[in-house]
Amino acid sequence: MTKKNKKGKTSGESDSGLIDITQRKFRWSDYLAEKIIKGVAFLSITIIILIFIFVFRESLPIFASAKSAEHTEAASTSTEVQETYGEVTDQSNVEEVQETYGEVTDQSAVQETYGEVTDTSSTKSPAESYAVSDGSGYDDNQSALKSLASKDWYPVSEKPRFGLYSLIIGTFKITVISILFAAPLAILAALYTASFAGKRLKEIIKPTIEMLAGFPSVVIGFFALMVLATFLQEVFHYDTRLNSFVGGIAMGIAAIPIIFTITEDALTAVPKTFYEASLALGASKWQTAFFVILPAATPGIFAAVLLGIGRVFGETMIALMATGNAAQMGMNPFESVRTLAATIGAEMAEVVFGDTHYNVLFLIGSVLFIFTFVINAIAEFYVKGKLMKRIQGK
Amino acid sequence: MIKSFKNNIKGILIEGLTLSSALIIIAIVVVMFAVIFIGGKDQISWEFLTSFPEDGMTKGGIFPAIYGTALLVVLMSVAAVPFGTITAIYLTEYAKENSIIAKAIRFAVRTLAVIPSIIYGLFGLGFFIKFVGTQMDETFLGGQLKWGQPNILWASLTMSLLTLPVVIVSVEEALKTVPRELRAASLALGATKWQTIWKVVIPGSISGILTGTILAVSRAAGEVAPILFTGVAYYLATLPGSLSDQFMVLGYHIYVMSTQSANVDQTMPIQFGTTFVLLMLTFILNFSAIILRYRIRKNKRD
Repeated sequence: MTKKNKKGKTSGESDSGLIDITQRKFRWSDYLAEKIIKGVAFLSITIIILIFIFVFRESLPIFASAKSAEHTEAASTSTEVQETYGEVTDQSNVEEVQETYGEVTDQSAVQETYGEVTDTSSTKSPAESYAVSDGSGYDDNQSALKSLASKDWYPVSEKPRFGLYSLIIGTFKITVISILFAAPLAILAALYTASFAGKRLKEIIKPTIEMLAGFPSVVIGFFALMVLATFLQEVFHYDTRLNSFVGGIAMGIAAIPIIFTITEDALTAVPKTFYEASLALGASKWQTAFFVILPAATPGIFAAVLLGIGRVFGETMIALMATGNAAQMGMNPFESVRTLAATIGAEMAEVVFGDTHYNVLFLIGSVLFIFTFVINAIAEFYVKGKLMKRIQGK
Repeated sequence: MIKSFKNNIKGILIEGLTLSSALIIIAIVVVMFAVIFIGGKDQISWEFLTSFPEDGMTKGGIFPAIYGTALLVVLMSVAAVPFGTITAIYLTEYAKENSIIAKAIRFAVRTLAVIPSIIYGLFGLGFFIKFVGTQMDETFLGGQLKWGQPNILWASLTMSLLTLPVVIVSVEEALKTVPRELRAASLALGATKWQTIWKVVIPGSISGILTGTILAVSRAAGEVAPILFTGVAYYLATLPGSLSDQFMVLGYHIYVMSTQSANVDQTMPIQFGTTFVLLMLTFILNFSAIILRYRIRKNKRD
């Protein structure tokens, strides 16, 4: 009915001259409302595109300036950043974010590099540093582009090196640890609520895990920093208190509700006929749960784990608080690490706008954005298609 | 006989394994809650909630952080709730279920929901502050720096992007619970589509809109990463008075106090107290949202 009306709106009256009761008068208010609503609905698409454009745009100068590097080479000897080197120590008592920065980690190497950040920002007032984008970038940019593949992350040393390698290793290490921790727990718990739990138990488990989803990540990070780190250190006896293991567990806690909810949805979406057929063939309850329901929902569980990975990959506050924040290469889970997201969170407030360091941080942001976008797209299209096919038997 | 016995053992083992996983998760939640509750409950007093930090933030209260959080969520809701509601209305009332546009919008909404919050922070910095803010300064203030720096307006807008999908999803769910017959009756009485939506559908789903708002507020109150460099401040002696001021926030307060203050041990009670306040805030909000949602679903079933 309504669809017909919409089409008929502009044509007004029918050809026969009689009043057509299926056609309504054209109303401006209705027309406007529809257009406005439609326009607003496109906002979410627009935002995605804008995020892509603006995050990527700020990282572009690294690539662009590599070309123009030759003609600035002459001026490359001047170093502006390092002149106020010694001031760091004097100001360490002043209560500003920049100055007390080094205390996030115990690693002295990192403290050094942090200290240098302070120099650039403390020579200018905060307000100024936002407006000024000093053009020191060009020769830095070229070497920065080269250093991206290296392993050293010393963004503000005399010769800045922006090696993403150790950050990427650190991020993956954390992701693997947290998924190894969270995925089995969440999937088994979901299997329990979907297949075994009685109604009353279900009504306790599900809201509790929903509650966990409501824990702000900074609270989980605080818990990890204050309690979990000490507890795990006492159990496992390792040296560095904050390391990728603690961070991984804490991020796993944050990822559990996501994996649980989506897995549970996938498990309950398996048609009842599957369940009944299996029982009718003589299988027991656990056999049905394990060999019928679980396999039927695999694509959904895969999607759940993917989204869990996406969550951990981009988690910032827990990484900042519980991983130790030292860019190290080793595979030892009890070493401090530094993740991509934490690097942005820790350093963005201190960099000078338009600096190479600033651009590199935006480049890291673009990497994170593309990674999560792809993960979401896979979870959305590939997995859903497969799930539907399997359940509907096509 | 033996086989079925083995099967039974396996069954018990597997059921026990899955049950213990569920119990471990619940234990984690309970322990986290208990630790923060016990650590923070003695700290909570009227004075703690209503006074400013003192002595280099080693004493005193957290009032500016509470105030800043409240201001942030109010501004965020003003931006996110109308836009989220309208998007949900489009998806349920106007768009055809399987049209490409509806699918694209749904995909965009879900993508917005999984983008790491730090990316929103970068976007807020690159778009709101560097692009919009700087343009505004150049056009209206002749280059004087006012909007081209972090402030509460940009932080709230950044936050509203993050909470937009939360609002959309809850409102959409609520709109779907409004019976088709109500819409049909309204249209049959001669109301236009927009009148039907405005007078029938929206009032019928007002509790859903409320749920969405509450969930968005609870999310925004806890998030720190998006506002790290779009407006939050470590310490401010005055409350934010205008949209171009910086502000303090509970979550960021916890973060700086626990990782960057000079004497972490001395401020421990304040940290636990602040975490307690933040957790209670999100807990109460989430709880009321869950109850509201439960009632909506119950209405739907009846």
